[in-house]
Amino acid sequence: MLGEGILKGLAETARNFAGSFVSAERLTTVQYPEQRIAPIEATRDFPFLVYDGADWEAGMRCVACQICEKECPPQCIYIEKSKDKKPDFVGKPQFYPARFDIDISVCMSCQICVEVCPFEAIKMDTEFELSTEDRFGGLLFDRKELAKPNEHYHKIHPTEAAEVDARLAEEKAKADAKAKAAAEAAAAKAAAPAKTAAVGDAAAKPAEGASRA
Amino acid sequence: MREGWNRPPVMKPDGEGELLEVAMGPHHPSTHGVFRMDVALDGERVIRLKPVFGYLHRNHEKIAEGMSYLGSMPFTDRLDYLCPLTNNWAYALAVEKLTGQEVPERAEYLRVILGELTRVQNHASSIGFLIQEMGASGTPLMYAFKAREKILDLFEELTGARMMCNYMRFGGCRVDASAAWLDATRKVVAGLPGFVDEFERLLRTNEILMARTQGVGILRPELAVNAGVTGPMLRASGVNYDIRKVGGYGVYNRFKFRVPLGDHWDVYDRYMIRMLEMRESIKILEQALKDIPGGPVMDAKAKLRGFRPKPGEAYGRIESPKGELGFYLISDGGPNPYRYRVRPPSLINLTILEDMCLGQNVADVVLIFGSVDIILGEVDR
Amino acid sequence: MEEIKAAIEAAVPGAGVEIVVNPSVSGQHSLRLRPGDSVSGAVAVAKFLRDDPELALDFLSNVTGVDWPDKEIAEKVKVTRTVTKTVEGVEQAVEETVEETRKRVEPGCLEAVYHLFSVAKGHGPVVLRIKTENRTDQVELPSLTPVWRSAEFQEREIFDLYGIVFTGHPDLRRLLMWEGFKDHPMRRDYVEPDDFEYEPTAHDEVLKRAMAHQAKQKAAETVAGAADAGAGAEGTGVGA
Repeated sequence: MLGEGILKGLAETARNFAGSFVSAERLTTVQYPEQRIAPIEATRDFPFLVYDGADWEAGMRCVACQICEKECPPQCIYIEKSKDKKPDFVGKPQFYPARFDIDISVCMSCQICVEVCPFEAIKMDTEFELSTEDRFGGLLFDRKELAKPNEHYHKIHPTEAAEVDARLAEEKAKADAKAKAAAEAAAAKAAAPAKTAAVGDAAAKPAEGASRA
Repeated sequence: MREGWNRPPVMKPDGEGELLEVAMGPHHPSTHGVFRMDVALDGERVIRLKPVFGYLHRNHEKIAEGMSYLGSMPFTDRLDYLCPLTNNWAYALAVEKLTGQEVPERAEYLRVILGELTRVQNHASSIGFLIQEMGASGTPLMYAFKAREKILDLFEELTGARMMCNYMRFGGCRVDASAAWLDATRKVVAGLPGFVDEFERLLRTNEILMARTQGVGILRPELAVNAGVTGPMLRASGVNYDIRKVGGYGVYNRFKFRVPLGDHWDVYDRYMIRMLEMRESIKILEQALKDIPGGPVMDAKAKLRGFRPKPGEAYGRIESPKGELGFYLISDGGPNPYRYRVRPPSLINLTILEDMCLGQNVADVVLIFGSVDIILGEVDR
Repeated sequence: MEEIKAAIEAAVPGAGVEIVVNPSVSGQHSLRLRPGDSVSGAVAVAKFLRDDPELALDFLSNVTGVDWPDKEIAEKVKVTRTVTKTVEGVEQAVEETVEETRKRVEPGCLEAVYHLFSVAKGHGPVVLRIKTENRTDQVELPSLTPVWRSAEFQEREIFDLYGIVFTGHPDLRRLLMWEGFKDHPMRRDYVEPDDFEYEPTAHDEVLKRAMAHQAKQKAAETVAGAADAGAGAEGTGVGA
């Protein structure tokens, strides 16, 4: 019969329409922004800088190595290295970014900066409602706007953050052990000043290497 | 700027009367983006059709040549933005051919799973768009997007983004899939046959669809092969050529699936081929999800920074949902490729657009164009 | 590879083919038609490759251009020459080996690369290359579009982006750039024009320039028909 196919299709539509009143499965949309779907853990939007502790300036993990600036495909990161150094999480003095700008309107959320960062300092945020009328004031983030505590990282990406913390703790333990060994060597050196000058040097060097790994 | 404003009118072949010249596009609702067809019409009949490209041109290839190998990976997402993962895959495959890196088995399986999920959602939305252009505004497309949404949620859960995934790396995949993700995928895949059935019930025997598409836009197999048409287009013309079968990439030789072929070579065949390919993809997905092995997902020797392939060249290609997506790379030993070329299936499938449209009605041009299934991000690069 | 080369040379008299070895692990070596023969013989070779029942390369997948600019090569050469020297009060001709650096310019060329597959037999790729005489005035290559239709848009794209002129192409126009555009952007010596509103990561002088540009545009909008819009941006681009 001509028109049978159309009727079949319409029956399908009717089934979905009626079904949407009784089955959540057929009701696929939500009313944003009043309703929101549950956040997905792996979601990434724009990068932020992780800091430990309470003070964002003191706890900033970034050491201004500028690898992310070089690797960033759309070239949206701008870093200026500091003149002086501050201690990092293992206590070793490191440079810090005197300036760290990310142009959010150029950033394409590719996560390559996170992947190439050897210091676990830059991670992806999940904040996406950033629209503003002010192109340069509102979308050019400086280091203060980018800095977010480690707790925030734990909140948005719990699994990933736990892994990162474990890795950093391991590194710190290693560095502490090295420092302890170095301190012991230094003590031994003090006890026998004539003999162990060379040992002290040798112990200090690997400690330096490990903290960068 | 365009030459030809003052051109004399195009006359009918018999010399009696003028032809009507129409620019369909660049903002025609049926062109999926910014694309123009300069059409010469005799009444409703198409006498000449010249596609005009370049509205979305950004010289992706030049950008990639000034960038590290890794840096181009997120840009490949933006070629065919409906299927980012197959673009990633093709690029990773080409680089792996260049360097000889081994991909761990689990990563190969993950690639197959993601590639086939991509194919399902691409074909579904492609059919949705085709029907939308035919006049059924919205309904079929929303059905397609309902299924697509579930697949995109899986992509987001694994790769972090719905469309700009940037997931594959040279020598594997960026992150491993958790058991929970695989379970969620199994659940979605279990629901896909139901979706395809529903989608088919909705449209397949629809008389309007049949009247509009059957016998329209015929593409003969000899011309299709000669014009380099690939993908569902080629198979709808009855040519048995699927790179998953003949190209031997990935682990496709371990799965049982069939290659559907068309025998009328028209728009309806292209629609049906996509339907059937979705079913075959679901079969592959079921098999891959059943026997996905454990192990690492990255080649242990793979380097992220300071990646410099040895001099040489390689052409890697995969069966993307649109057709043969190839990447041709020449390395001079430096950190960025000397030559980086994308073989865009969408562009090359348009070569025969004029041949298919000649003698058809204007309204059919929209359908024929829709059945090619192009994405302008890839056509113009 | 050698078999294909021999087959071509047997079938097409006068065709000169050399094998270009690809050092990478991909092992995709290519056949280059020698420049001298390319204009006359390329189409015949292509027809042979397509129609030969053994090869049956009926599917031309990928066509692309490659730019090889003129290369200045500095190499150290050992030169033996005769020098007149005064040895023990007597003038003598003495042979002396000197190392000197010589510079030579290796002329560049544009190259078209064709990747061929066989749908009928399922094999491939066979890579075919043809190069032009130089990069400036002798940039004609024979078009293979009459043999494989799939080259139509791709050769147009090469003409557009590289400037290779394909003789025998049915409709050789620019594909991606607009008509009237002058240069060929994919050439390696292409310089980007500095005439667009440039907005990379804005800081310091780039930010100042962008702000100035915006202010200028606003001023131009208010003052009717006064400002010259293109003069704002100067300096160099960061991208490229």
